[in-house]
Amino acid sequence: MSVAGINVLVEETRARQAAAAPLLAVEGVSAYYGSVAALRDVDIAVGEGEIVTLIGANGAGKSTLMMTIFGAPQARTGRIRFAGQDITRLPTHAIARLGIAQSPEGRRVFPRMSVQENLQMGASLHGGRHFAEDLERVCTLFPRLKERLQQRAGTMSGGEQQMLAIARALMSRPRLLLLDEPSLGLAPLVVKQIFGAIRDLNREAGMTIFLVEQNAYHALKLAHRGYVLVNGRVTLSGSGRALLDDPAVKAAYLEGGIVEASTIAEAKA
Amino acid sequence: MAGTRRDGTVRGSDLAEVLRDAGLYALVTLGLCIPIVSYRTDLSQTSALDLTPRWGLVAGLCAAIFCVRVAQRLILMRRDARRALTPSPRQATEAVDATPNAGQRIPSLALPLFLGAAVALPLVAALASGGLGPARYWIDLGILILTYVMLGWGLNIVVGLAGLLDLGYVAFYAVGAYTYALLATTFGLSFWLCLPLAGLAAGLWGILLGFPVLRLRGDYLAIVTLAFGEIIRLVLINWVDLTGGSAGISSIPRATFFGIPFTAGPNGFAATFGLSFDAMHRNVFLYYLILALALVTNGVTLRLRRLPIGRAWEALREDEIACRSLGINTTTTKLTAFALGAMFGGFAGSFFAVRQGFISPESFNFLESAIILAIVVLGGMGSQIGVAIAAVAMVGGPELLRNLGFLKAVFGEGFDPNEYRLLLFGLAMVAMMVWRPRGLISVRMPSVALKERRAVSGALVREGHG
Repeated sequence: MSVAGINVLVEETRARQAAAAPLLAVEGVSAYYGSVAALRDVDIAVGEGEIVTLIGANGAGKSTLMMTIFGAPQARTGRIRFAGQDITRLPTHAIARLGIAQSPEGRRVFPRMSVQENLQMGASLHGGRHFAEDLERVCTLFPRLKERLQQRAGTMSGGEQQMLAIARALMSRPRLLLLDEPSLGLAPLVVKQIFGAIRDLNREAGMTIFLVEQNAYHALKLAHRGYVLVNGRVTLSGSGRALLDDPAVKAAYLEGGIVEASTIAEAKA
Repeated sequence: MAGTRRDGTVRGSDLAEVLRDAGLYALVTLGLCIPIVSYRTDLSQTSALDLTPRWGLVAGLCAAIFCVRVAQRLILMRRDARRALTPSPRQATEAVDATPNAGQRIPSLALPLFLGAAVALPLVAALASGGLGPARYWIDLGILILTYVMLGWGLNIVVGLAGLLDLGYVAFYAVGAYTYALLATTFGLSFWLCLPLAGLAAGLWGILLGFPVLRLRGDYLAIVTLAFGEIIRLVLINWVDLTGGSAGISSIPRATFFGIPFTAGPNGFAATFGLSFDAMHRNVFLYYLILALALVTNGVTLRLRRLPIGRAWEALREDEIACRSLGINTTTTKLTAFALGAMFGGFAGSFFAVRQGFISPESFNFLESAIILAIVVLGGMGSQIGVAIAAVAMVGGPELLRNLGFLKAVFGEGFDPNEYRLLLFGLAMVAMMVWRPRGLISVRMPSVALKERRAVSGALVREGHG
């Protein structure tokens, strides 16, 4: 059997596993802001050990879905289950305590607190029991943070703040990591670094990751599976590679990405 | 900046521009002065209006404005030139040197000095003015200042650490005062028993206020807390059966030295300790009592800042949504901040009642809340020593004006500096916000550090954030 065939097989197995007992299952969820529907009947599954990405244009409802998983706003219809437990009606902090961590949109680090204090806030669920060990781990993942431990988070560059936001989320030892647009407003080189770290996190630590991205090209290349959200509905889903090759996805989300990639290649040559 | 060279000297053409600008200011002053200042109107003997021209005064005012504006422009030019050479730390991608400058740093000797001065004040005052009796003014002033220091530290938990703007803090002060007054006059309970009860009652009210405002932030929170403060005051005025209405509660039992009264009798404090009776013993005792209470407030706050709850308060001030997604229960975090802040307000309130012996709703109006909040803001939100310095300046400063008798020699016999108190107060506030927009002490010490603790300059913080 060819390598491509094996890959297809692996992906199919992954999809089956995810369907059988997904770590996170979003089932028929609708969410509203007042009377405006932001999500309509969304179904998404994230299996243990997967990187699943959700791509879509501005205002498609990507971040809303992320926040709905976290209970703010709560889903009006449908059900969200995490590790078999219904979390649809739980308050945000209770959901976080079950083992979901988030690097929110716009990073939202605590600007006046030092990097170390930020990380300590991330670890507050465990009361600092394995703080030193976890600190070592995230500093290996993002060596830049180690140099900046005593610096105020608000004075760091955007890329460093994004690293801090991910590191802070990891400090709670989550079973599922939600990342909301980690590439937002960052230079291509920094995006590459961050996506590299996400890949390492998944491959080496087996972290399950749900990634919301506008940067469809990078996200689909990285992810095992992907979903496309349009106007609050999931219109397409499949393996990352299949979506990358899908003509509709290409036309809607990837033209810019491919142009960008080719110009980078040209610039290098 | 274009107007200055790199070394900060001012070019001739810029000087002309500055002079023109200042001239414009003087012209506007002249325009304003003509209708307001230039003629003094008096009723003459014949009931006609006497006009006394005061053109000399007008010229003086215009000249003063001119000079002030020139000085301001020159100072600003130099500062801008200096700043142009150092890039803003917020745009830096490399690690910036965040060490606070000399003006922001607190010398390491300042804290022990401050504390030493506070402890020694009654003794020094007595020695300087020759006896406890004449020192009464200074000791009473000390008590007043320390009361505000304690209130400032209490409010600092809510506003400075948790970032919840509270305009009705005086309500908890009132609850504490009335709790003590009512318990002491009705049931005859002692101060030491009432003190924790008053704190508890105030803390309970803090939680009661906390619940409805959990979802609010910023301006909206400020308005609701303002209303809460007024509600408490109006209830105190109108619930005549319980609180005595605007007449207040009088003959509240005075402070005793752990049960020993400060009286001239054989069982009094002086007789027990073999001293000659002096009415000032009670005041000195009250002074040390409020000093101890304030230090307890400070100690508890400093300790809490290093605990998870204190860090959660600070994180809450920075970003509520991020806090929640890290698994922090923002409801309990906010409520504990409200409750603890209110509790210390309650302690201060019951101290106020035991010191005055008489309380009425008059003492708990909005101005009090405003002063306490001003102390916290001027001190630099979240800075303990800053709050103490601000309290000394805000409460002690106006008192100082009373003693500026020599100004009468300058401005004539009719001049009473005390009447200009609020004017000076306002000017000082404006000046503060121009020069030190983040408060007197805007340095923040990280509560955890790997090796050495390094203070971080307030210049690295955006205004309005904390």
